[in-house]
Amino acid sequence: MRGNAEAHELIAPGSLTGVLELMARAPGEWMPIAGGTEIMVAHAAGRLREKKLVSLWGIGELRFIEVSGESIAIGAGATFRDLRMHDTVQSGASLLAKAATWIGSIANQSRATIGGNLVNGSPAADSSPALLVCDAEVELISMRGKRRIPYSSFHTGYKRNAMTPDELLYAVHVPLRFAQHRQYLRKVGTRRAMAISKVALAGTALLHGGVVSEIRLAAASLAPLPARLYRTEAVLHGRALGPLAIREAQEALMEEAKPIDDIRSTAAYRSRVAANLLGEFLNELLTAEARP
Amino acid sequence: MSEHLANSSAGISFIVNGEKRTVAAHGMKRLLDVLREDLHLTGTKEGCGEGECGSCSVRMNGELVNSCLVPVLQAEGATIETVEGLGRAEALHPIQKAFLECGGAQCGICTPGMLMATAQLLAVNPHPTIGEIREGLAGNLCRCTGFKRIFDSVAAVVVEMDATAKTGGAHAG
Repeated sequence: MRGNAEAHELIAPGSLTGVLELMARAPGEWMPIAGGTEIMVAHAAGRLREKKLVSLWGIGELRFIEVSGESIAIGAGATFRDLRMHDTVQSGASLLAKAATWIGSIANQSRATIGGNLVNGSPAADSSPALLVCDAEVELISMRGKRRIPYSSFHTGYKRNAMTPDELLYAVHVPLRFAQHRQYLRKVGTRRAMAISKVALAGTALLHGGVVSEIRLAAASLAPLPARLYRTEAVLHGRALGPLAIREAQEALMEEAKPIDDIRSTAAYRSRVAANLLGEFLNELLTAEARP
Repeated sequence: MSEHLANSSAGISFIVNGEKRTVAAHGMKRLLDVLREDLHLTGTKEGCGEGECGSCSVRMNGELVNSCLVPVLQAEGATIETVEGLGRAEALHPIQKAFLECGGAQCGICTPGMLMATAQLLAVNPHPTIGEIREGLAGNLCRCTGFKRIFDSVAAVVVEMDATAKTGGAHAG
């Protein structure tokens, strides 16, 4: 069924305060819409349930990228095109810049925002694994003020998050120190452009004398929410990297992963491929360590 | 809420192909439908209606967008370019000429979107590699040509525009 425009109300307060006031007056009643790449698809299909929408598009206070010393602050309204074009995102948060280049198409990247990607909360979201392995934080805002929480605690379940109904995602903070880590990000889908992930894996790691001193792993489409792979990390932490450690880590990942069968892939395929991706990352680390 | 841009049929104004237009449309109406129904600019086509195929591509404030995913209220004050603004039948744009000459258009449904995606690509990257051409057009699906002739068309535009620029430079010198 085709959506009916007249069944919905859309307003554009034009300022952050205007939006927040509206949300404070009637918490949960207004659904924010930024670039519309998710909501307008639901609307077209006639499955947009929310009757009242408030536009965030064009609010400059939400569309910024600021570098300050040890981290980079990305406004929730920054588009993926903004991200991939930004010098410091490319150099300091390169996994995020990489993820930004494979989200949808150029036309989608021009409209889709990082805030929309995170709040929508798809388990397959492209930016999530990249943010999880860099200890990113998210900043939430309401008329009551701002608060910051680790991004790893933002998603609380399938398409559920830690925001209260009067809150808006304000910014994402990405520490720049991970630029010194070995990094990995690979997405597996049916096609390089446009396709939603069957599975994706991100990793950052520091090795000292062949021993893993820090490692962070996160995946898309292995769980109901974008999530770190803590148990797999634990197998590797403090260990000398070698064929045995790699095999045990892959086994741990296949144990820890809880993928599903759906229209895009099967659980078995997702687990196997994720383990292969992990193997690729860890072997890259091994090769890099072997170099003089 | 008088300062709010109202939802319903109050006038929504934007510039289309250099001309200021004001429409009385519902804020959630898709820009695609406003272009086609309210402004009778039927060059922009609807394919999938969900941002997957790129047939409805237009340029908005210098960026490529799928007009099927833009609620028209968000186009308030924007500058929009559609295929009608690219060229006219008697004065085709070099991109349109190249698509004609290289067989880059067959049934035509994807063509306006392909042309706008090409215009966007060349605006930000006048000398794209074949990889960059493929990426620039990756959101535009064609079911006739097999894409090869479309990529050839874009490559031909680059050569043509370079030649024109050189000739212009010679005159200037």
